Amino acid sequence: MLKFLRRRFVFFFFTYLISSLMIFFLLRVLPGDPARVIAGGRDATDEQVAQIRSELGLNAPLPQQYVTWLGNFLRGDWGKTIAFRGTQNRDLILQRSVNSARLALVALLLSLPLSLALGIIAGLRQDKWPDVLISLLTLSVVSLPEFVTGLFLINIVALGWGRGPLAEALGWWFPSSSAAPANASFHEMLPALWLPAFAATLVLLAYITRLTRAGVIEELKRDYVRAAVLKGIPYQRVILRHVLRNALLPTVTVIAISITWLISGLVVIETVFGFPGLGSLLIAAIERRDLLLTQSIVMVSVSVILFTNLFADMAYAALNPRIKLG
Amino acid sequence: MTAPLLDVENLTVSYRVGKRWVAALRDFHLQLGRGEIVGLVGESGSGKSTVALALMRCLGSNGRVESGSRLRFAGQDLLAKNAAEMRSFWARRIKLVPQNAGAALNPSMKIGAQVSEVLRAATGASGAAAERAVLRMFHDVNLLDPEKVAQRYPHQLSGGMQQRVVIAMALIANPELLILDEPTTGLDVTTEAVMLDLVRGLMAERDTGVIYITHNLGVVAQLCERVQVLYAGEIMEAAPVEALYARPRHPYTLGLLNSVPKLGQSKRDSRLHSIGGHPPALAQMSSGCVFAERCDWAIEQCRREKPPLQQLADGRAVRCWRWQEIDAALLDRPLDRPSKAKPVRFAHRDSAGQPDSPPADRLMRAKDLKKHFPVAKSLSDWLRGRQPAPIRAVDGVSLSLRAGQTLGLVGESGSGKTTLSRLIIGLQARSGGQLELLGMQIRKRARERSPDVLAKLQMVFQNPQNALNPYLSVRQALRRPLVKLRGLSPAEAEAEVLQLLQQVNLRADYAERFPDELSGGEKQRVVIARAFASDPALVICDEPVSALDVSVQSAVLNLLAGLQAERGAAYLFISHDLAVVGYLADVIAVMYLGQLFEVGAASDLFQPPYHPYTEALVSAIPVADPQHKAQRALLHDLLPSAQNLPSGCRFHTRCPRKLGAICEEEPPPWREAAAGHAIRCHIPPEELAALQDSYAHYVKPSEIG
Repeated sequence: MLKFLRRRFVFFFFTYLISSLMIFFLLRVLPGDPARVIAGGRDATDEQVAQIRSELGLNAPLPQQYVTWLGNFLRGDWGKTIAFRGTQNRDLILQRSVNSARLALVALLLSLPLSLALGIIAGLRQDKWPDVLISLLTLSVVSLPEFVTGLFLINIVALGWGRGPLAEALGWWFPSSSAAPANASFHEMLPALWLPAFAATLVLLAYITRLTRAGVIEELKRDYVRAAVLKGIPYQRVILRHVLRNALLPTVTVIAISITWLISGLVVIETVFGFPGLGSLLIAAIERRDLLLTQSIVMVSVSVILFTNLFADMAYAALNPRIKLG
Repeated sequence: MTAPLLDVENLTVSYRVGKRWVAALRDFHLQLGRGEIVGLVGESGSGKSTVALALMRCLGSNGRVESGSRLRFAGQDLLAKNAAEMRSFWARRIKLVPQNAGAALNPSMKIGAQVSEVLRAATGASGAAAERAVLRMFHDVNLLDPEKVAQRYPHQLSGGMQQRVVIAMALIANPELLILDEPTTGLDVTTEAVMLDLVRGLMAERDTGVIYITHNLGVVAQLCERVQVLYAGEIMEAAPVEALYARPRHPYTLGLLNSVPKLGQSKRDSRLHSIGGHPPALAQMSSGCVFAERCDWAIEQCRREKPPLQQLADGRAVRCWRWQEIDAALLDRPLDRPSKAKPVRFAHRDSAGQPDSPPADRLMRAKDLKKHFPVAKSLSDWLRGRQPAPIRAVDGVSLSLRAGQTLGLVGESGSGKTTLSRLIIGLQARSGGQLELLGMQIRKRARERSPDVLAKLQMVFQNPQNALNPYLSVRQALRRPLVKLRGLSPAEAEAEVLQLLQQVNLRADYAERFPDELSGGEKQRVVIARAFASDPALVICDEPVSALDVSVQSAVLNLLAGLQAERGAAYLFISHDLAVVGYLADVIAVMYLGQLFEVGAASDLFQPPYHPYTEALVSAIPVADPQHKAQRALLHDLLPSAQNLPSGCRFHTRCPRKLGAICEEEPPPWREAAAGHAIRCHIPPEELAALQDSYAHYVKPSEIG
């Protein structure tokens, strides 16, 4: 275990190094001069641009810029946001991360029980009508891109039913998400979370359901399941204690991957719904050529991915006695 | 008279193959009383596991029992029961010990919990009482340290321990009927002997009816009262065990009995009998006798008309048109045939292997070979700054081999014999010692060796399924060594491929086939042809027949013996089956925990004096002769860990002839028992000879044919 963690942290170190290098130099080769964008685009004079360049330290050689940025970043100085004047990058990212995490939490709470249940039902009734129905549904959902389901939800659910008599009678309310202020509390934000979370759920649903189904079908064929049936124990017990425990193991890994996607990569859904999360912040930062903000967001995303995967590996090892970390 | 425990008649089972239902088991009959043990013998595809599943009413969704079948257990019609009603039978009354113990255990559940689950279903016991009962059962099946075993997961147990757990699982419910499906396949003879004693003892105690399914005729002879021989889904012959072995009436039974080499039988004296061809595919069953294709005595009637299973007056049954002629020995018995066929001529007769033969015709010499696997530090090692002891898989083995000779290597699994072979072939790098081939020092790893050395040193693997690339045709597989190692031109290689196929008795059109289109025995022939393609001086054969069916094994052994005589290659032959090793080997080395304990000519080794370990191995072999009930020197304890080796003589922890302190303290010396026969024991060979029996099943060459 100790050896595993030691090795993993060495690996983390190099991942950070490589990803910081990549994002830093990638942003430098992108067309468009950040200084000019800040100065106001085409209308800005060359002097204004030059002044901003020197303020931002953009005249130094690239390697020096990189070292300066990395040093500052590690010391906790992530710079000031250009687009949202005066805000510290660190505070902004922290706030948006919390929002994204809320969205991810609601999406997971919606999608996990639903997709596991559907996957188990489909697996146990392989090739019977429940399986066919579930497979058909999840497949058709996954083949729609997020922005399509997102737009569908906004137009039909929020703008259509959400203002119709039924929603009014039930007292339901689907505000457009942009109504939620970025600094709202979880409770205040909750109504604005449902629709984007549901859009994310639809994407996850198909993956986790299909994987769970495949796991259940695979395990049902195993000798030890037959052995368990022949023990004469009740069917439910065979399923719960013998089949599911082993069938859900691979799902753990996929859940971890979807968590990283939910927290760091909900770019499309957050943009479509105008949700103030990390993904929409990243888009805004890139559009405005805010180099420091973009770099910081990427580094935070990398951390989320690395640590979620670390915890997934540890959870997998804890659930599977055959795996020993080391 | 009360109803028998189990009464099966006309049992026919079909499987769905595509859109058709194909009968895999036809008209199966079986009567079993309480306390009776019936053996069911058959090769793969004979339908023997189908019998087990059908009796349990657990065929799965692609199998069904056809109407007209009768299956009564203790007076009740099991075919009329649904799954819910079957549950109480499963829980308490009928238990199956499945074929593959490792796969039958839930990998993520502790052993103790899995077994107590059975107990709860059977008796409702739970809590501390159940736990006590489980531990007592573990003790009864000879599992060392029951408390520890109960806390482990399946993957932490050895194959033998998993097998005991699965047997414990069946026995703890105290069933009325126990079905054992190949419960000892893949176990060492030593472990197998212990398991068989266990089953026998427990059966006598509990009056359980037992169906014992196996392909091993020796086990059946030792354990069962009656035997049924299955082939391609039909009973060929059913008889009391003594009668069946003394006077088999079906050609298939005869063939099976004769194709297993007997201990002491040697390639010099006789070829093994083998049944030609291979079992018919389920989908293409002929209207005649299912065995006609492979039968030496098949006549027109056999191909046209299916013989009925005739119930004979003496309590036997046989499905053959010509059984009376066979019984009266009117037909040319294949039993006698081997002696008529010319035995293979070998260049060196009785050139016993001195541990160090003169260099003149020495082919290979290994000196003090070692392989130590380093062990990863655990957390506690790390905290204490300690280096854990390595696993000493091979620990100072010296041996030499002459050209054209076969060295047999025997020992239990875990004795290091496979590692030794991998060091020689260069798949693993040795940690120490020297290796010499044809007078040259050769390098540690195969990839460091020159093509000449690679050509001279080839290997035949245990499982032909995994040893052939599924995307290469037979021709492509054989051409590679011809072109790369022997440097032949494409035209020459082409001619040589056909030559090789002929030598391994495969038709020329097999060159176009892919491994999927070959049977197991044919695949192994291709693997052997590939090994011989580069004209090797030494071929390492690691369990080359243990993955094959009995009737195919003997043909492959004959092939290996014939090729050796023809091509003059030496073999290093590894097998856990002593009779098979004895058949092919000129010299045999016995290995235990990484060291050799006895080396001698094959004709000397299986007779006293032998090393106490060899004695235990020999006595544990189940003999295919019910007259001979073995007296055994059983090894009950498990093989000690190669990481924590016993001091002094490594065998002292299990030795039935241990002298005392000297065995624990001093490594034993090599002593010469006869010319070229050396034993590593504190007891001098003369004393060993006086103590030991010649196990009666050892066949002297003069007695065969």
